[in-house]
Amino acid sequence: MSLNGKVALVTGAARGLGRAIALQLAAAGAQVMVNYAGSEDKAKEVVRLIQERGGEAELCQADISQAADVERLVKTVMNKYEKIDILINNAGITRDRLLLRMTEEDWDAVLSTNLKGVFLCTKAVSKSMLKQRSGVIINISSIVGIKGNAGQANYAAAKAGVIGLTKATAKEFASRGVRVNAIAPGYIATDMTDILPAEMKNEILKEIPLGKIGVPEDVAQAVLFLVSPAGAYITGQTLSIDGGMSI
Amino acid sequence: MGVFEKVKAIVVEQLGVDENEVTLETSFESLNADSLDIVELVMALEEEFDLDIPDDEAEKLRTIGNAVNYIKGNQ
Repeated sequence: MSLNGKVALVTGAARGLGRAIALQLAAAGAQVMVNYAGSEDKAKEVVRLIQERGGEAELCQADISQAADVERLVKTVMNKYEKIDILINNAGITRDRLLLRMTEEDWDAVLSTNLKGVFLCTKAVSKSMLKQRSGVIINISSIVGIKGNAGQANYAAAKAGVIGLTKATAKEFASRGVRVNAIAPGYIATDMTDILPAEMKNEILKEIPLGKIGVPEDVAQAVLFLVSPAGAYITGQTLSIDGGMSI
Repeated sequence: MGVFEKVKAIVVEQLGVDENEVTLETSFESLNADSLDIVELVMALEEEFDLDIPDDEAEKLRTIGNAVNYIKGNQ
């Protein structure tokens, strides 16, 4: 599945799923803009890894919950590569707490980055994608957006919102050959899930039919499939990558 | 170039129509423009003429002449 000549923007690409996706797309031949908010060293490492393997990557800091940052980010891509073929809306944060204790700030922070950020980035790239009559957008949702999860009301709401946003955008952009899909990862070993207590991890493991925790590459492979010509007839869908956890 | 000529050039480019089809009386509907085409067109006009066309005003633009008049009245 070659992505030679394609330009990809991956948000939140310094760590976790974003990092794996950036590496995967670059390995398939895409030129990758690695976005990060705060983890500069980690992001530089991703760019270095891609370049060492003979790929092409650039770095751009931007907080995707801020419209001005997003505009600057997309302009940076356009100035460097003159187009955007692939947008991976991956950047996300958690502020886990039981609803009873959840603050308005906890809610706003998660919704701003995980849902509004997807809207802002999609809007910013849409003009050029619609004009060139092609493009693929992948929004990273979560099994939590499908099933809900105690302690993650904000995260669940944002990730469920991403699925609705994906469907609406897919309908709006379809006539211009621009596809929009979501991926709903289950329990994947990343920094985000690393902080969970051991007993909680064991409980989660019992709910995974395939009997093991996923790795970021599992998600990256699915992203590659959806953005490649192999996924050409797929739009508006949410693909669960969760070892069967959602069945 | 006058306002009409500029609008005509944008319409020809955005909708991929022949410039002979574009007169002041031509409606966007008759050029087979869908809702997304209209939005893209309005954004292109805003850029070209350095204008902000509010959604409720954009909805009233049915013909090329409507757009030309709106631009002339708001420049």
